[in-house]
Amino acid sequence: MVEKGFEVIKDFDLCVFLIPFLPFVTSLFVLIFGRRFFRESAHKLPVLAVFISFLLSLKVLIEVLHGKIFNFDLYTWIVASHLKVGLGFLVDPLSIVMTCMVLSLSFLIHVYSIGYMYGDPGYYRFFSYISLFTFSMLMLVLSNNLLQLYLGWEAVGLCSYFLIGFWYEKKSAADAAKKAFIVNRVGDFGFALGVFMVFYFLGTLYYNEIFSHLSAISNKYLDFFGLKIYVPFVIAFLLFCGAMGKSAQFPLHVWLPDAMEGPTPVSALIHAATMVTAGVFMVARLHKLFELSDAAMAMVAFVGAFTCFMAASIAPTRFDIKRIIAYSTMSQLGYMFMACGVGAFAAGIFHLFTHAYFKALLFLGAGSVIHALHYNDIRYMGGLRKEMPITFITFLIGALALAGIPGFAGFFSKDEILSMAYFSQYPWGKAVWLIGLIVVGFTSFYTFRLVFQAFYGEFRGPKEHHLHESPKVMTIPLILLSIGAIFSGWLGIPKILGGHSIFLKFLEPVLGEPKIVEEGNHMLEYALMGLSVGVCFFGIFLAWLVYLKKPSLQYLISTKCRTLYNFLYRKWYFDEIYNYAFVRSTLWTAKWIVSKISDNIIIEGVVNGSAWLVSIGGKGLRYLHTGIINYYNTFILIGLIIYLLIYLCLK
Amino acid sequence: MPILKDYFVLSIVLFLIGLFGFISRRNLIVMLVCVEIMLNAVIILFAAISHFTQDISGYIVVFFIIAMAAAEAAIGLTLVVLIYKKFKAIYSEEIANFKG
Repeated sequence: MVEKGFEVIKDFDLCVFLIPFLPFVTSLFVLIFGRRFFRESAHKLPVLAVFISFLLSLKVLIEVLHGKIFNFDLYTWIVASHLKVGLGFLVDPLSIVMTCMVLSLSFLIHVYSIGYMYGDPGYYRFFSYISLFTFSMLMLVLSNNLLQLYLGWEAVGLCSYFLIGFWYEKKSAADAAKKAFIVNRVGDFGFALGVFMVFYFLGTLYYNEIFSHLSAISNKYLDFFGLKIYVPFVIAFLLFCGAMGKSAQFPLHVWLPDAMEGPTPVSALIHAATMVTAGVFMVARLHKLFELSDAAMAMVAFVGAFTCFMAASIAPTRFDIKRIIAYSTMSQLGYMFMACGVGAFAAGIFHLFTHAYFKALLFLGAGSVIHALHYNDIRYMGGLRKEMPITFITFLIGALALAGIPGFAGFFSKDEILSMAYFSQYPWGKAVWLIGLIVVGFTSFYTFRLVFQAFYGEFRGPKEHHLHESPKVMTIPLILLSIGAIFSGWLGIPKILGGHSIFLKFLEPVLGEPKIVEEGNHMLEYALMGLSVGVCFFGIFLAWLVYLKKPSLQYLISTKCRTLYNFLYRKWYFDEIYNYAFVRSTLWTAKWIVSKISDNIIIEGVVNGSAWLVSIGGKGLRYLHTGIINYYNTFILIGLIIYLLIYLCLK
Repeated sequence: MPILKDYFVLSIVLFLIGLFGFISRRNLIVMLVCVEIMLNAVIILFAAISHFTQDISGYIVVFFIIAMAAAEAAIGLTLVVLIYKKFKAIYSEEIANFKG
């Protein structure tokens, strides 16, 4: 932890404490009393609590801007020999940025949900869960040790499970919830092992102590079947497993598109803006650990780049409006990991920050469309811009920001990542940059495919449908978010465009300076920027050509390149591979090993065998049980004789 | 004059006769009689020992056993009468109601 120029406050601070705990208290309150007493007014308390928390977070932000860092323990949670873990808070530039982002979005999405969830039988449940989620996310972000991070990590996963399966009567929603939870278990298992390793090698779980002890493991090797493995790499790898699960990166990405079965505000808050970025946050938080091992950095960069490309290639084949945005989320998360993998952690967090706003905006816009139409398929949309002008304009702003049009938020953050990758001191920087550049084209193509399909042209849905703009309680959050989608990027305008990169400067004390080889070559920077903008416009042009100008071109790939189209349409066959490799094999094991051998032979054998034994014993003893007193007398006599014999022998 | 050993032999013989009868005979009344014989074997033993050791306690036990035997005979015969009334049978093979 860098503490230069900062005043560290180690005493209890009520504001910091209340930020996560207000949503928690209201969540419990609404969950317990909501069904009986609140019903239609269940939203009031959570919205108020999140709003107060947001104001408090702004106050703390101002304090941090004035050079204060909070780092205190609320109480000691676990003490066992050397292990000592407290429930504590660490407020530094990184966590306060995340806190403000989470709370502002959470507040807007709470408000939006009042309109979106209106009349749902689980109205109170929804607000309770989403407040609980806000609490968990804040615990994750504000924690000062790894174990509490893990607590928040699991709690957000749990809330995500609750909310994906919110409409649990629907089988697809229940399945998606289970899938998300189980896939995340795989990653979280790695994460837990990583936490154990950190404790084993460093003897502490507090961030500041971890960082000060890091030199102790910087040249430690682990002997693994004769292979020498660098300890920081192992730890980073295990922790990154958790990040792969939570942030939907290859190979644990399969749950995110299915998670779209949940209500749209949930998709916006959890599966676009906050929870899925927890992995990026964790990597940035532990950046010193990751930086120790080049292999770990390369892994982060390439996993990010691969996911980025894969998701962007799948997105254009989807027809479900929410799934397109979900794949785009995966792809953007890939960008963030790319930034982390080339050592530009601040750029990654910057993209996380801007992405949260415009992606939440896109999701809420999609939610507004779904609210009006009651279906998700973009093939039956079209021409919505006339009927839903506010939704259209805000959605367009989100799309422009996502595509990376200059002036909008996405442009600054994405460009920051691309230029950092290009100038990175790591050798894989250029490769990552190239992938990033290609994906820029894909991104603008599928984003504008969505815009053109849904909002332009003729309405292709059922004719009797009565279209209407969403209520004010939904459009006002959209408008506020679209402001965020434009201006959040302005915090990080790079130097060459006349800005000061305030955002990156603010994070520098925590995340360090990006590792760049050459600097000052402005021409090259302008050229790179121009290139990415060019690629982006090309993508938009292509989308315009294919979906507005000549609609017949849409079927070009699906008819001419059947294999490629199928490959993309089937999502690179990941679901099928996992189905065969894991699901089927597990079921096979369950059927043959567990059911046939263990159950049928061992357990059934024991149960039936004992009954059989008793029955056989009974049959034998029956011959003695004649009912004739004389025989019994004889037995008594024999017994007595035996007893006496034994007695005499023992004497 | 018989000595203590003769009484022992008498007692054992009587006891074994009683035991044999108790086990082998099927008539309930005979079985009760056999029980009485066994008791009497024991009484003889007690009385003999008491006589030869000049100790009074053996006689006391004899009195108790005689009293108890009277009571036992009364109850036993009553039960036999009741069994006969219920089952119309007096032989133990015929009342094997508890056969498993």
